[in-house]
Formats: sequence, C-alpha cells, structure tokens
Amino acid sequence: MPEPKGSGPRKRREPVELFRGVNVDWLGKKWYFLSFSLIFSVAGIISMASHWATIGSPVPLGVDFRGGTQVQVKFQRTPDINRIREAVAAAGIKDASIQSIQSEVNESGGNEVLIGLPEQHDETALDAGRQQIVDALQAHYDNPFAVRNVTVVGPTVGRQLETKALLATLYSMAGMLVYLWFRFQLIYGVAAVVACFHDTLITVGAFALTNQEISLTVIAAILTLVGYSMNDTIVVFDRIRENLRLSRRESLPDVVNRSINQTLSRTVLTSGLTFLTVLSLYIFGGQVLRGFSFALVIGILIGTYSSIAVAAPMLVAWQEWRAGQGKAVALPAAKRARV
Amino acid sequence: MKKNLKGKIALIVAVLVICVWGIFGASSGVTGKDLTEGLTKRIHLGLDLRGGAHLILQVKVEEAIYAETNNTAARIQQDLKKANLTYSQVYVPDPGKPQVIRVEGAAAASSNAVQTLLDTKYSNEYNVDSSADNAWTLTMKPTVLTALEKKTDQQAIEALSDRVNALGVSEPVIQEYGLGANQILVELPGVENESDIEKIIQGTNRLEIHAVVGGPYKDEQEALASVGGSLPSDDELKSFSPVMSTGSDSQSVYVLQRISIVAGNDFRSAEPNIDQNTGRREVNFTLTNEAGERFYDYTSKNVGKSMAVVMNDQVKEVANIESAIHDTGRITGSFSQDEVTALSKLLSTGALPASLTQLEKRFVGASLGTDSIKQGVTAAIVGVLVVMAFMLFYYRGSGINADLALILNLVILLGIMGLSSAMSSAAGGGGLTLTLTLPGIAGVILTIGMGVDSNVLIFERIREEVRAGKAPSAAVDQGFAHAWVTIVDTHVTTIVSAAILFMFGTGPVKGFAVTLTIGLLANLFTAVFVSRVIFDAHLNKLKPGQALSI
Repeated sequence: MPEPKGSGPRKRREPVELFRGVNVDWLGKKWYFLSFSLIFSVAGIISMASHWATIGSPVPLGVDFRGGTQVQVKFQRTPDINRIREAVAAAGIKDASIQSIQSEVNESGGNEVLIGLPEQHDETALDAGRQQIVDALQAHYDNPFAVRNVTVVGPTVGRQLETKALLATLYSMAGMLVYLWFRFQLIYGVAAVVACFHDTLITVGAFALTNQEISLTVIAAILTLVGYSMNDTIVVFDRIRENLRLSRRESLPDVVNRSINQTLSRTVLTSGLTFLTVLSLYIFGGQVLRGFSFALVIGILIGTYSSIAVAAPMLVAWQEWRAGQGKAVALPAAKRARV
Repeated sequence: MKKNLKGKIALIVAVLVICVWGIFGASSGVTGKDLTEGLTKRIHLGLDLRGGAHLILQVKVEEAIYAETNNTAARIQQDLKKANLTYSQVYVPDPGKPQVIRVEGAAAASSNAVQTLLDTKYSNEYNVDSSADNAWTLTMKPTVLTALEKKTDQQAIEALSDRVNALGVSEPVIQEYGLGANQILVELPGVENESDIEKIIQGTNRLEIHAVVGGPYKDEQEALASVGGSLPSDDELKSFSPVMSTGSDSQSVYVLQRISIVAGNDFRSAEPNIDQNTGRREVNFTLTNEAGERFYDYTSKNVGKSMAVVMNDQVKEVANIESAIHDTGRITGSFSQDEVTALSKLLSTGALPASLTQLEKRFVGASLGTDSIKQGVTAAIVGVLVVMAFMLFYYRGSGINADLALILNLVILLGIMGLSSAMSSAAGGGGLTLTLTLPGIAGVILTIGMGVDSNVLIFERIREEVRAGKAPSAAVDQGFAHAWVTIVDTHVTTIVSAAILFMFGTGPVKGFAVTLTIGLLANLFTAVFVSRVIFDAHLNKLKPGQALSI
C-alpha cells in the first residue's frame, strides 16, 4: 500500500523564502537614498519648469483641465498626419493639434488620430469645433473615418474640474494625516505625509519627463498611489510600534532597521504582486487607461521605496533632533492600538 | 482541537450562491454565451464602456428672469395708464441684471399715487425703492428670484426629458448638476451617432407668439419710420428668419408687441395636418387650459390681425387670426410639407423658458466602449492568473487558500454590483445602481493586488511563528491576530482615499472609487474570515506532528 501523503517523518521541502534572515542597515544607507530621491525629484522639477516655460503648466494637461475639444478619429486606411494637417488648415481651423495614437498589438487595428482644438472662451460656440473638424476631414481628406470619442470641455467645467482635483488631493493628504495622528503619533503622520509628497512629486515629474498628459483619471491614480504609499508606510510603522513596545532598551535606529528587515518580505511581495497587476493593466489595458496605469506603475515602485527610504529615516532624524535638543531620547511608544 | 466549522462554511456557501446569482441572474443556460448574456444584463455599464453621450448644460436663467421682469414692466405700464398716472418709461435698464426694473419720469404731483400703486400691487415680489428724481427701482426679492431660477431649471429638465423620451433613448439621465449652479447633466447611453446628440439637444429654444403691430418691412429704418421714428416701449423689433428660408423675404423686419400672447410651455402639442376642405397644409396646435383662456381673450378681440411665431428673438412664421381661438388652433399658410413638419416640431417640442449652452460634452462611440471592455477584461484576467500562479509557487498549500479567497473576492465584488442593479430595477429606479466604468475595471485589478496583500501579511506572520517553533494551529492563530491590526489600518486608509475620490470625481472616477471600496470590503471578508475557515478546515485534517504547508 503506498505511503499516505504527509504521514510519518519525511523530508520537508524548504519553503521558497526570499528574505530569510535579512539584516541590512537601511538607515545607514540613507544618504544613498537621499541622493537617489534628489536626482529624480530635481530631474522632475527641471522638466516641469521647462514645461511651465513653454506651455504654461508644469505638466501637459489633458483636455479635462486644459479645456477645448478633442476628437478621436479612426480612419479606414493608414492616416497621413501631414495630409490631415493640410485638410484642417484648408478649412480655416487654427491651432489644431494632431497626433496619432500609438496602437498596441491588441488594439483594434490602429489608424487612430487625436485632433485637438484649444479652449473656446465663448461657451455658446462650444460644439462648433467638433463639427468643423468633421467637416474639414470630410471635405479635404479622402479617407473614410468614424468618430470614436469626443471630449469637449468649456472653461467653466475646466475650472470646476481643476478645483475638484485640487480639493480631493488636499483632503486626501489631510485625512491621512489625521488618521495616522490618531493611530500613531503626530510625527508618524508627518513622516508618512512627507513620503507621500515625495511620491507624488516624482510621479508627476515622470509625467513631465515623458511628456504625458494629466487627466482626471490620472489624478485618481495619483490619489490611489497616495493611499497605497500610506499603506506601505503603515505596515512598517506598525512593526516599529510593536517592536518599540517589546524592547525598551534598543536604540531607535536599531529598532527601525529591524522592523524594516522583518517586514521586507511582505513589502517586496505585496508591491511585487500589485506591481505585476498594474503592469498587466499598462500593457493590456488599452490607450484610454494608459496615463492612469503609468501613474500607478511608477507610483507603486516609488511608494514602496519611500516607506523605507523617506518615512523611516525621517522618524529617526526627528528623534535625533529631539535628542540634540536635550529632550527625551527614546521616541515614546505610540498609543496602544485599538483593534 | 477540532473546530466546528459547519455554520461558517454554510455562511460562505450562501454568500457565494447569492453573489453568483447576482452576477448571472437567472440565465437561460450554462453555456458560455448564455452566461455572458446574463452577465451583461446584470452588470450596469458606465457610458465609457457602453458608449453614449454625456453633456453638461447651463441654463441661462437670466433670460427667464428678463422675460418675467419685462412682463412685469409691461403690466406696470398698463396699471399706470389705467390710473391716469404719467410716466416716461418703465423698463429693465440692464439685461445683465435682469431682476431690476426702473420706473421713471412720473409727475411730481402724483408721486404718492405711484408709490401706493407700486406698493400695493408689486411689493409681494419686488422691493420698491424710490429715488429722488421721481423714479422708482423695483428689485425682485431674492426668494422670488431663487424660486424662479429653480422653476426654470425644472422646466428645462422636463422639456429635455420629453424630447429624449420621444426619441426612445433607454435609461437616460437628466438631472440637476452641481450645487445651485443652474446646470443640467444629461447622459444618453447607447446613442449611436454623434449627430443624434445634436438632434436631441437642438431646438432647446425659446418660443413665443406675439401680436404683430406692423410689417413686413424691408429693414429696420422702414420699420421705425412706420411707428413715427422711435419705437414705443410697448413694442419691439424682430427680424424675420423663417423656418424654411424663402429667399426674398428672408430679410424682413416686423414690429411686434413686446409682451407675448402665449409662450413656451403654454403649448401642449402641435402636429401637421391637411385641411379637408381646402387641401392646404396647416399646423394644429393645442394649448394648456390656462393659456387657452388668455389666448381666447386676445384672439376674440383681434380677429383679422396677424400674430408672429417667434423663436429665439426671430420671427419664424406670421399667421392671420381668422377667428377666436380657445385652446385648439390652426396656423394656416401656403406651407410645404417640410415647412409644416418643421413648424409642428418647433411648437411641440415643449420649448424652453430659457436657452441652454453646452459646458461640457463627452461622447464615446460604442466601438471604443467594446474595445475598452475587452482590454480591461484581458488585463484583469492576466493579473489574476499571474497573482494566483505566484501565490501557489511561493506559499504552496496555503497558496491554494489565498487563490480561493481571491476568486471569492472577485465573485463577491461582481455579485454586489449585479445585485445592486437587480435591486434598484426591482425598486423601480436607478438610484442605487453601482456602475462599472473603465477605471472601475482598473479598480478591480487593483483590488486583486491590494487584496492579496492581506493574505501575504497573514502568511508571512504564520511563517514567522512556525519558524519560532509554534505548532500549526497556534501559528495560524497568532498569524491572524497580529496581522489583523495592520490589515484594518491599510484597508481604512485606502477606503478613505476612495471615498474622497468618490466625492470629488466625475462619473468614470466614481466608478473606480466604488469598485475599489467594495473590493477591499469584500477582501476583509475573504482574506480574514474565509481564509481562516479554510485554514481551520485544513488544520482539522492535519495529523499531529504534521507540518503546515506554507
């Protein structure tokens, strides 16, 4: 009779474990982290400044915020951008922007072009632009087409959306700060929020560097990655708080290092898995979500990085500053967690 | 120690069944095609996946207010005339501030009488202020102003609804938008053609019938000459721009009486007709009862005179009053078939008290919507498969646990969305329906990644405990206990983020917030409760000394 599985002593296959017994001095590397962050932040800021100089906003803005008309047209035959430009100009349309949409392997055959018109200040003529584009193409460019998508945003709505996006971001950050203050202590909240600012800055910088537009859905992605970065930071902070409660004699840098090492496994795994899912979205999810998924791809990587490289060092730096001021050396353990 | 899991397992199975029913409904069979049909009927898709139009319109309430105050001005003039009080003019000085009326040029002697007249008749709705030079300023009271604005908005919404319903758009959304901004949101799902949108929104014009004082004149000078050089304040000039352009008279000008006889919503319906006797084409129209009374009053005194159909400050049609008309009337003339159809359409499309301007328009063609669905679903499936494969590889036996929890999470998420639309259609309204948008699909994908985090947290903890030498059941206990705090923290922060997005976001972004929130809540159930049950069931079967596969 064959031996039933799992009975009696048998050789146990070691579990796959990536991070057993890791003992890295994370805080010691903080200057490397700082330079890394600085390089990317500064690159982003320079790019944003140059965008500001040329187009008046730090990042290319999508039609949601910029206002204006955007028509997505799918041609039967491969579109010739120059011919389209001529056709549009021949109809007397000024300041049109024309770009072809990158087509991916799985998209329906490509041949798509985005034609945009700048913001109309006269809202009564809001829809005229779209009609003009359609007429121009029909009259002057011999290539049958279908309109797939039209977005027309007037200045009133453009302002409304800008305000909404801004308010949403501010409330998000404020909400996080309050929650963390409540669950931990103020300095934890501040460190986490600083990490989130860092993440947002680098992500928006990435958009500036790659010349991609920011639309409302991209703002949604950025807010989500703020939430995600918080998550990540909280996991590390939770472990720090637990370890602080258990060992009162270890110095804070040692506790923080140990906490990061202990949570490293979980951090890398979760980020890795979430990253794989948003990567799948970026590759397969299609052109409409491209900006959104790009923000998440960058954001998840940076969000994970910032919990270790920004939030934790800031916590320790604060304590060292307090120690320098002659105040209590050990950061008091945070409030007892209420479950 | 074996645990009694029967109750818990029953609960999980019940939830599973309800959610599967939520997703597929009572589908007619189990083939792939039937299931997909059931699914698409249940899950309510947003405009960006279904295709359709989204518009935000601004109601120009100033026009309605202007019309109202103009009417009041005319009534004041009549009252003053009847009381034999002199005045030089009563008018609305600034169309940009339409709620203000000025009465000027009264004789000094009769100023008391004028004041009394204004106070008694108009102080309910207006604040009457006198100024030194025998003039009065009437300002519409704020409450009255707000009420008029709201009424105008409502009328606009009703008119649009009628129009949209007449065209048979399914599940349209026409409602107030924004807070007190006099804006209307219109969503027309499934509107195929972009130009169809224009046909629906077109004709949102103001329609009135005025008495014709004189005309047609060649141009404005001739018209003014006919009334002695200057236009009396009772009258106004309108140019002729007929429904169908007739070439030579398309530049005429008419002198019309300023107050309309009937306008806008006074019309109930209109349709083209052919007179049995003369064989001529005509438009038969009906008015509301109240308007009918007014119309009868006017027409019985003015048989033989002309009246003009005015739309958007342009005369579209001039007709003779042949007899006193109550509430059913005919407009006759040498109309062509097209003219008659166009005119009836004009009259019957419940013309609006104020015009609408488009603030925003988004249109997604159905083909783009289908592509988006395909791409979103592909990304989701790839994401799920990758995560499942990894969990199996890294956590071995417990990986199966995580994968089951993950699948259940998705089933619950989709099930809740399907149930919400089932419940709200049973309740007769679309209020509670949860809509799936393209960012919503992204939210599902994100839920997968973030949801599996909970499992990772728990499993890592369990591994730590096992490494520290604890027995399997104790390790599982400790793992869940320690991880719980962190799981709650991370879920709450993300849900708070999502709530803020929901408050401030537009349609597609709201869809994202919704799926993310539901997904994470469902995750609390599956990653903690269901995972625990599966572990316990497995632990029940473990022999003493046997290791946990994790």
